[in-house]
Amino acid sequence: MSDLNTAMIEKYRSSFLKEVEANVEEGEWVKMCMQCGVCSGSCPLGKHWEHPPQEIFMMIRAGKRDDVLSSDSMWMCTSCYNCIARCPRGLPITHIMHGLAVYSKRLGLTPQKQPTAEFSQIFWDNLMKKGRVNELKLGLSMYFKDGFGQGIKNAMANQKLGQNMMKAKRMNAMEFFGGHSVKDLSGFQKMVKKAQEIEEGNIKDFK
Amino acid sequence: MTEVIATNETILVVGGGISGMTAALEAAETGKQVVLVEKRPYVGGRVTQLYKYFPKLCFPTCGLEINQRRAKMNPNLNIISMAEVTDIKGEAGNYTATVKISPRYVNENCTACGDCAKAVEAEFDDEYNYGLGKRKGAYLPHRMAHPQRYVLDPAIIGTDDAQKAKDACKVNAIDLDMQEEVIEFKAGAVIWATGWKPYDANKIQPYGYDRIANVITSVEFERMADPNGPTGGKLTRPSDGKEAKSVAFIQCAGSRDKNHLLHCSRICCMASLKQATYPADDVPITIYYIDIRAIDRFEDFYQKVKAQENVKFIKSKVASIVENKENGNPTLHGVDTEGYNRYADEHDLVVLAVGMEPSVDKASFPVEITINEEGFIEPAPENGGVFAAGCSSDALDVNRAVQHATGAAMRAIQVVNRVAATEG
Repeated sequence: MSDLNTAMIEKYRSSFLKEVEANVEEGEWVKMCMQCGVCSGSCPLGKHWEHPPQEIFMMIRAGKRDDVLSSDSMWMCTSCYNCIARCPRGLPITHIMHGLAVYSKRLGLTPQKQPTAEFSQIFWDNLMKKGRVNELKLGLSMYFKDGFGQGIKNAMANQKLGQNMMKAKRMNAMEFFGGHSVKDLSGFQKMVKKAQEIEEGNIKDFK
Repeated sequence: MTEVIATNETILVVGGGISGMTAALEAAETGKQVVLVEKRPYVGGRVTQLYKYFPKLCFPTCGLEINQRRAKMNPNLNIISMAEVTDIKGEAGNYTATVKISPRYVNENCTACGDCAKAVEAEFDDEYNYGLGKRKGAYLPHRMAHPQRYVLDPAIIGTDDAQKAKDACKVNAIDLDMQEEVIEFKAGAVIWATGWKPYDANKIQPYGYDRIANVITSVEFERMADPNGPTGGKLTRPSDGKEAKSVAFIQCAGSRDKNHLLHCSRICCMASLKQATYPADDVPITIYYIDIRAIDRFEDFYQKVKAQENVKFIKSKVASIVENKENGNPTLHGVDTEGYNRYADEHDLVVLAVGMEPSVDKASFPVEITINEEGFIEPAPENGGVFAAGCSSDALDVNRAVQHATGAAMRAIQVVNRVAATEG
């Protein structure tokens, strides 16, 4: 392509598209979408999305920054990969949706009480404590995330399931006290901290 | 034994479809010696299976008749049908071709009276109608077939049917002892015109061509529209034989898709627009598309079809098709791009506008040739005296294929003229 063409493409690329390309995982694929809609139609949870993926891509290109980043649509993705399998242009749509969710979380634009976002935070906090997921505590955190009363109700409702899991040795009540850990916990925490620093350093400012 | 008189000044044309025929006739009419090798028992290729051409909606039989007449009249053209080129060795100006000829079991005495077909009982899927109908074990491939000569299916050889056919023939045209032949001859230049095949719709898993009766391909729809076709021109549903009261077309079925064909097949938009004119005015037609590519000068045809009251366009690549088990209707699921509306539309009949794929796969070329990513032949200098014509070079409509074939004939003529000049 000639320099003039490249310059014109640059001119018409919205600043939000540039931001997504720079800061969102696999964001450089967004411009490749040809708006055929096969992703939206293939999504098993599609009808629960306020903006299906195809629309999200168009909104990014139209510069609708706030509408996209504060949307709860990308949090609906369950990583079934149907869209990636069918996309005629090979866009890694699942990964882009997760990338957008992570970026909106980083900027603090995620909708309040978004269940997937809440679960993700609980999962992360749980994992960071010991370097391993403590399933008992993860379950309890989920039960009690909406208050003590609701937590008791949730626990009672799932009592049988919990007992069966213990019987089948899929869950251990002793995990409540401390729980198992990776061998070098402080090393693990240092590693994650370093990774976060690197990630932070790669984020470009678009304000 | 089939006799072929050929020299280094002969042009070999591989494939006798509209492109191969055009190239062969153009070269032969300039006085060059041409040998045309065709795999089917007749020439004309896939064009013989079309009901109408776009954009004039005229009948391909018209042009075929002219070409067949030209072929019959020209002493420079030698057509070998039911034959395949298995090897080509040498270089520009000096090729040796090996050709395998399958037995037709019917010689040139045949008057195409049809007595043998009446006598034979065995029936087979009719490849001319893409398997939609049946043909006898002794058959004329289609009404206008050239050469106008019957064929015996090799599956009936050695059965009672073969003897019945032989006994029924009054002109002694059936020769059950015919054998496969392999012949070798010289050629100065080669025109490669092996054409295309419809993309295998079974590979497009979400569209359920393999499991939903009322999902058909565009080439099948074309045969159904033909009054001489398997349904007598009625657009009937394969599931129950009822006439389709609503028809949907799905564009880019296998084209422009990294999972299938990378290229735009170019003809499918125009083919579906053409086919949208086949059903009666009161049959609602829906065309699902990514974008309509009425290439070249055909935009006015698109506008004309768009103005038809019964035709609706939905900008969306259909995500999947599910069969309604109660009435056999395919239900199309997707989200449209103009408003992002989720739809689940039921239609009587769904036509997949399947793409064009080169009919010879990359690994099976019997000659050194440069093939691009999509499987089409590149016009590379390394190809020497081998020139692609028509759809072996790219996805083309008939108009462009014929133009391209004429160009290929020109290049081949240049090569044999050079040979003539050096040999004196």
